[in-house]
Amino acid sequence: MSSIKQNGSGNGTANAPHHGAGVNGQPTSAHGRRVGTDELKRGLAQMLKGGVIMDVVTPEHAVIAEEAGACSVMALERVPADIRKQGGVARMSDPALILSIMERVTIPVMAKCRIGHFAEARILEAIGIDYIDESEVLTPADEEHHVDKRDFGVPFVCGARNLGEALRRISEGAAMIRSKGEAGTGDVVEAVRHARAILGEIRRLKTMRRDELFAYAKEIQAPYALVEETADLGRLPVVLFAAGGIATPADAALMMHIGVDGVFVGSGIFKSGDPAARAKAIVEATTHYNDWKIVAEVSKNLGEPMVGINVSAMPEVERIAGRGW
Amino acid sequence: MKIGVLALQGDFIEHEHMLARLGAEPIEVRLPRDLEGLDGLIMPGGESTTFGKLAKQFGLVEPLRAFAQSGRPMWGTCAGLIFLAKDVGRNQVTLGLMDVKVKRNAFGRQIDSFTCDLNIPDLADGPFPGVFIRAPIIESVGQTVQVLCTLDDGTIVAARQDNLLATSFHPELTHDSRMHALFLRACKRGSLSCEL
Repeated sequence: MSSIKQNGSGNGTANAPHHGAGVNGQPTSAHGRRVGTDELKRGLAQMLKGGVIMDVVTPEHAVIAEEAGACSVMALERVPADIRKQGGVARMSDPALILSIMERVTIPVMAKCRIGHFAEARILEAIGIDYIDESEVLTPADEEHHVDKRDFGVPFVCGARNLGEALRRISEGAAMIRSKGEAGTGDVVEAVRHARAILGEIRRLKTMRRDELFAYAKEIQAPYALVEETADLGRLPVVLFAAGGIATPADAALMMHIGVDGVFVGSGIFKSGDPAARAKAIVEATTHYNDWKIVAEVSKNLGEPMVGINVSAMPEVERIAGRGW
Repeated sequence: MKIGVLALQGDFIEHEHMLARLGAEPIEVRLPRDLEGLDGLIMPGGESTTFGKLAKQFGLVEPLRAFAQSGRPMWGTCAGLIFLAKDVGRNQVTLGLMDVKVKRNAFGRQIDSFTCDLNIPDLADGPFPGVFIRAPIIESVGQTVQVLCTLDDGTIVAARQDNLLATSFHPELTHDSRMHALFLRACKRGSLSCEL
């Protein structure tokens, strides 16, 4: 099995410090251990399934999230709702803030880099982040190229609005896909649209004749090999989560029923009236999404949800889901 | 044969696929009532803190302990191992059934996750593919615990105690069904000790 590749330009830090870079750019590892493989990168996402990944902006938030049963947290300086409100260029968060969050919780910690900003991604990898979100929520750094994620030892999650976009990201090395949704709105409509698009296209793919797959791959601008693999598996080759606008236990249950493997909740928790209660309720609704009595029970008395912005009333220029190529 | 898979969170579907492939009927366990009529139970990989919160909230902790005390085989992989353990070095909800001291995230963060070939004396036909993802290790074991597998440096990564089986790695993420087949044979006989 192949180990992680070193960046040809020599600035790669794809290996964990403990393993070190070996001769000729090939990583070495003690005791015949292989690191940074696709199996390991995709495997961590498999461990997150059925769970809730929560945006947090302080170590205290991270502790509340872990206490509520989050399976991972996304460390940020600002949640998407505040990025929208404050405007300006949204960048990777201060590594010191991310580290302070990593120190406080035992669950995996994710952080965002800008689309195409491989230097931010290398910094996140260097501080030992568990997952990088190459995210449209931040201001894109490259309007043509995404990060070549195959070159990293740390796994990446990327947003997608449809199957073609999901498979393009996987071909670049993404080990997990999420819907884009319209982050920071509290309006679930775009997450529904994207998850339905991805899952519906996979269902259509499964009914196609082999010779039709070639034309379909061209139509959705995705590599043929991944289209074929998806058709054979009947699902994406990586885990699919919902993200963008999820704000209530009912939103989480809706997305699980549509067929995603788990949910990200961004602004929905810490922009609500009672974050601890809401976080716990969303975790419980995600696990018990098939039991409507439980979903009803956990939905009671959660206080004010985040105020929210109606996406259909939003001018095109303010929408961020269209970022990514 | 009906085998329960704790389905609070994590990679329970991968275990279900492996069980179905071997001819068993997987049952997802989220509530105490789901434990009825099972011949064995698997606790998957995932986040052990999440398992603990949800198990406590939905009244699963005591029923799971009773299930173990009934003598039926139980197997925990990775987070499932942590959930079985008596001592995890911090304050979190576990079943406290297995007399082992576990260290969570013992190899480091995700970038330190690794695969390697494992020599498991109880499995015939060569090395087993070990997949370690932010994996725990067993730091020490009580007198009644039998060590089943160690890494080259002596680190304990699989153990058994009576009807309880625990692995730090993820056989459910591989194509190798030998560990699951071993567990199913134990469930059929109602005892792990016949197998190991």
